[in-house]
Amino acid sequence: MAIITFREALGQAISEEMTRDANVFLMGEEVGLYNGAYKVSKGLLDQFGAKRVWDAPISEAGFAGLGIGAAMVGLRPIIEFMTWNFGIQAFDQIVNHAAKMLYMSGGQFNMPIVFRGPNGAAHMLGAQHSQAYESMITNIPGLKVVTCSTPYDGKGLLKSAIRDNNPVLFLESEMMYGMKGEVPEEEYLIPLGKGDIKREGTDVTFIAWNKALHKATEAAEALAKEGISVEVLDPRTLQPLDEELIFASVRKTHRVVIIEESWSFGSVGSQISDRIHKECFDELDAPVSRVTNEFVPMPYNEAQEERVLPNLDRIIAAAKEVLYIKG
Amino acid sequence: MTTKKKSAVDRDVLIGMYKQMCLFRRFEERVGLAYTKQKFSGFCHLHIGQEGLAVGVQSALRDSDYMISGYRSHTQAIGKGIAPGAVMAELFGKVDGCCRGKGGSMHMFSNEHNFLGGHGIVGGQAPLAVGVGFAIRYRNQDNVIVCYMGDAATNQGQVFEVMNMAATWDLPVLFIVENNRYGMGTDITRTTSVDHLWKRALAFDMGHSDVDGMNVLTVHEHVTELVEKMRKDKKPHLLEALTYRYRGHSVSDPGTYRAKEEVEDYQKNRDPILGLGRQLVDKKWATEEELKAWDNEAKEKAKEAEAFADASPQPALEELWDHVLVP
Repeated sequence: MAIITFREALGQAISEEMTRDANVFLMGEEVGLYNGAYKVSKGLLDQFGAKRVWDAPISEAGFAGLGIGAAMVGLRPIIEFMTWNFGIQAFDQIVNHAAKMLYMSGGQFNMPIVFRGPNGAAHMLGAQHSQAYESMITNIPGLKVVTCSTPYDGKGLLKSAIRDNNPVLFLESEMMYGMKGEVPEEEYLIPLGKGDIKREGTDVTFIAWNKALHKATEAAEALAKEGISVEVLDPRTLQPLDEELIFASVRKTHRVVIIEESWSFGSVGSQISDRIHKECFDELDAPVSRVTNEFVPMPYNEAQEERVLPNLDRIIAAAKEVLYIKG
Repeated sequence: MTTKKKSAVDRDVLIGMYKQMCLFRRFEERVGLAYTKQKFSGFCHLHIGQEGLAVGVQSALRDSDYMISGYRSHTQAIGKGIAPGAVMAELFGKVDGCCRGKGGSMHMFSNEHNFLGGHGIVGGQAPLAVGVGFAIRYRNQDNVIVCYMGDAATNQGQVFEVMNMAATWDLPVLFIVENNRYGMGTDITRTTSVDHLWKRALAFDMGHSDVDGMNVLTVHEHVTELVEKMRKDKKPHLLEALTYRYRGHSVSDPGTYRAKEEVEDYQKNRDPILGLGRQLVDKKWATEEELKAWDNEAKEKAKEAEAFADASPQPALEELWDHVLVP
């Protein structure tokens, strides 16, 4: 298997799907001539030409809505947001139009569109560039929400998202674009709605996605040295959620810590926790514990930012809490 | 205003327009009555007074052309080909409604007839229209999309965003501003910096014009000219149609913000149906008796539409789960 970066894996997914289907096009700020703000779309303009790789003006609501209109008549747009922080300019279009079109038309208009871009805090980008949106967007019926934590998952999930006939909101991370991983040479797809066990374990289940998955894995490695066996579960798709995979892991370990680089109030983590308490109450040996961002806008200061995001110490402490280990 | 010239429109076409305007008037009157009889609820925005525009535009289009609109679109939907009964049944929330009762007054759709809604967020349909224009160019077709919006929609940011895109990329979108002078209850002069709404196009170096929306023939001839040009050069155009609604913003609006005399003046002196009727009689293309008979036919059709809607069953309760996502 080839070892490639996350950005290359995502770029391959787009390239392969554009080759496969002439209805697929890419639009976003700097995706063409500039080769992408984060170089995900590097080379695509050369490969496919300006008719299929469009540099958009800085008008997120406008070009997101353009994609929705194009999808109504059968094109399959990929709309790139330079960051989801800019994407919220387009929330009217995504929430009021993309999410509702199939439903309010009584099933007449499919919405085969992908909105993608980096989500969550990167490093010292300040309050307006560090937000995570999964908790807001999973609250809207009619949208699928997909995250990815490895180049392999990113490529396979993005290809499935592009082929899906529903609006898919695809969350990446600035911090992971340079991360390398194994990606097969041959074509593969990863189905939406299916999670993945990233590390088998028996004592406690960590549930995490996107960039937080790697902090969870790091904590699991640290705990292994203390003789604690952690299972690390990546739901990957957050809407719809792979509840069966989660419940099966809970039945195995009986203890759960949810780690998310998002805020605590009404979050994906609180939803997962609710579902576990409801469906697996008798299986639990401790209440589900959650490690989230502290409930403040993201500070710019490096040490403060590090303190707001879930960190190794807080994850390990939460694991010990559900294992009733002191110290 | 568009320049006057001798009309090439023949008798049959004019009579067809007359009949269609009568149908739109009588249909909407019946809708208003059905609302007061509590046959349905929710918001209901009537188009009475604006028939000349709807019919003049529709008669300039091909079936393969697209149309998208705001929330005052019952009769525009009929004009594009949806059966009056299916629109009435949709208003009643019945299963034979054009969206199986899931859309309602503000959300009429027909994929078959290229009517792309019925949208409830002011100006939100403009980006979708530009997306359809994008798809037309992408596929190198010669059809166009008409995007209706109200006067107040010209103050929405997303409308500006996509007028810029349509003008920059030559997308065949005919933006038609139905200027009935009131954004709900607010006189447009109190909220808008320009005295003529076509001036919005100046910001984008986009084609623009205005037309007397109370004169169906003028509208028909002007829009025919615009659309035929657009099929070739793909350039967007902003048409300000000066029109007037006789009823309130919605059926629950008593209209206290404007003088009774103003409404009566339009009804007596500028009504599109009376106007065309006079022309037909003057040309000796119809008699007063024939006009009356055609109006009675329209009343009968509106009555049949209501009977169809009355007879249509409620959708099964379980249908509420359908059309959230494509399986």
